[in-house]
Amino acid sequence: MAEPFSDRDVKLKHKKSSKVKTVLTYVGLSVWALAVLFPFFWMIMTSFKSYEEYNAETTPSLFVHNPTLQNFIKAFTDVPLARYFLNTFIFAVVTTALMLVVIIFAAYAFARLKFRGKDILFTFFLSLMMIPTELVIITNFVTITDLGLRNTYLGLILPSVTSVFYIYLLKESFEMVPEEMYKAAKVDGTSDLKFLFRIMVPICRPTVVTIVILKVIECWNSYVWPRLITDRQEFYLVSNGIQEIRQNGFGRENIPAMMAAVVVISVPLIVVFIIFHRKIMEGVARGGTKG
Amino acid sequence: MKVVLKNVTKVFPGRLKRDDKVVAVDNFDFEIPDGKLVALLGPSGCGKSTLLNLICGLEEPTSGRIFFDDTDITDLPPEARGVGMVFQNYALYPHMTVRKNILFPLGNFKGKDKLTKEQMEERVLEAARIVRIEELMERKPSQMSGGQQQRVAIARALVKLPGLLLLDEPLSNLDARLRLETREEIRRIQKRTGITTVFVTHDQEEAMSISDMIIVMKQGVFQQMGKPQEVYDDPVNLFVAKFLGTPAINVFDGRIENGKVYIGEEAVADAAGKPDGEVYVTIRPEGFVPDANGPLTCGFSAVEVMGRDISVIATHEKAEAPVIRAIVDADNKIDETSETVRFSIKPHKLFVFDKATELRII
Repeated sequence: MAEPFSDRDVKLKHKKSSKVKTVLTYVGLSVWALAVLFPFFWMIMTSFKSYEEYNAETTPSLFVHNPTLQNFIKAFTDVPLARYFLNTFIFAVVTTALMLVVIIFAAYAFARLKFRGKDILFTFFLSLMMIPTELVIITNFVTITDLGLRNTYLGLILPSVTSVFYIYLLKESFEMVPEEMYKAAKVDGTSDLKFLFRIMVPICRPTVVTIVILKVIECWNSYVWPRLITDRQEFYLVSNGIQEIRQNGFGRENIPAMMAAVVVISVPLIVVFIIFHRKIMEGVARGGTKG
Repeated sequence: MKVVLKNVTKVFPGRLKRDDKVVAVDNFDFEIPDGKLVALLGPSGCGKSTLLNLICGLEEPTSGRIFFDDTDITDLPPEARGVGMVFQNYALYPHMTVRKNILFPLGNFKGKDKLTKEQMEERVLEAARIVRIEELMERKPSQMSGGQQQRVAIARALVKLPGLLLLDEPLSNLDARLRLETREEIRRIQKRTGITTVFVTHDQEEAMSISDMIIVMKQGVFQQMGKPQEVYDDPVNLFVAKFLGTPAINVFDGRIENGKVYIGEEAVADAAGKPDGEVYVTIRPEGFVPDANGPLTCGFSAVEVMGRDISVIATHEKAEAPVIRAIVDADNKIDETSETVRFSIKPHKLFVFDKATELRII
């Protein structure tokens, strides 16, 4: 009779300690979240403050008392922010589309085709991932300059139309499609190309979607390469645009307008991430945990 | 459509380039008649699936030719052969509904074979009707049971109205009850459509029960082809005799001497005109008749009651297996207190094979 009693005792104790643990975990996480989110909060608040209000504050105020949109108007009229946006949009869409074509074919070749030296070639590709991008940037710069592609969209886009990591991710996912699927499609009368786009890619859609999202984010955030390869405003992306506004626009003296520009640039990405964060995690986890 | 194989051989190169080649299909030479249900039977890894892949074009033969009716199709790719195939794991397209899965092969028709939307729709419905899945058309494969998926796979193979239907281990992924049901279903569908059908199995019971003909193979080598009952009653070699039948055939070491077949010192059958020598004597379980004066004496172990029949478990020092099994009519009274049991042997249930070549002598 004694045994079940002590058993319950243990359980109770266990429950109590785990409850304390949970509370501590949540407190810790909340503090962390606050620390991370505060700069964003500050940025958004500042962007709604008028220039005069902002300058009148001797102690910075947490909240806006007279919210105004004038900073946003200024961000789009005083500097070519819209142009930066358009450039970034073109850059992101074209790069992602081209890269998708390249990596889908590459991943298919590595996952499905049989050719001599396949494994060695793939290992070689993977080993390229260990070379830091900063190192490659110099040679890329020389190449693109020699090709006379400075200050062109092509020059911006070309170095990012492939990615070993995404080829790897997609290859893993392609390899999980059973061989019979290919045989079935063959017997059903499809060509290899049709099999790839009608069957393989749709089956691996979660991974493809993840790659698209990650690539768009990467394009949006890219800074060093566009900074190097363009020195004309009409080719600036948002990342360089911000820098340009800070140095030669109203950036240094009109902080609220600067913040408004930053908000406008960050919001699309934040929205994308909030909508797709589950998909991003899924896709990465899928690629990482091959059965 | 009849299928003719002429000296078809498939050799897979070994992993290491030097020597270890695998002959998966060795010089096959036979004809599958039109409109028959044929089972390709053999133990796992004997090349059955390779043979099937050769017929549908997923593998190219190393040598030999394959004909559909009188047309040589050896060099045609699978998509041009117009065969229907059902895979062991069904290989349904997971992102498509049942309807789209069945429709898929039709969408690949080219040129004059191209169908209108209405014709396609009609064909899809007809195929679904044949396998009885009309009410599942909008489901995804993941929302269906194994048996249902199997039917969808068959419908997808049938929708092209192929001249030949190939099934690779169609029942091995189903549970026991569904397996019985589905094999009847395959029989029914084959009868209804009249399509020449070849299915691969390692389960001899499955092969025997539904097929018009069976082809037995072993390690890439053709053994025997014929109606199931004929092959069972008339095996050409020891392997075929052992592979067919449950319970398995009983094998004894024996010899032929002076026109008699001996197991130990007991003469169990006639062997008039056969040369003396060491042999395997094999007796089907149903070939034993309890008989106090019978020629074969065995040690008695137990009796298993199976209702209509009883199974007598016995031992014999010359037997290959530790126990021998005899299936006898339940009317026979077996003295369970006795140490021994004596049988007479039905002559047509006893086969004798040469010890060295394992070929049939009697």
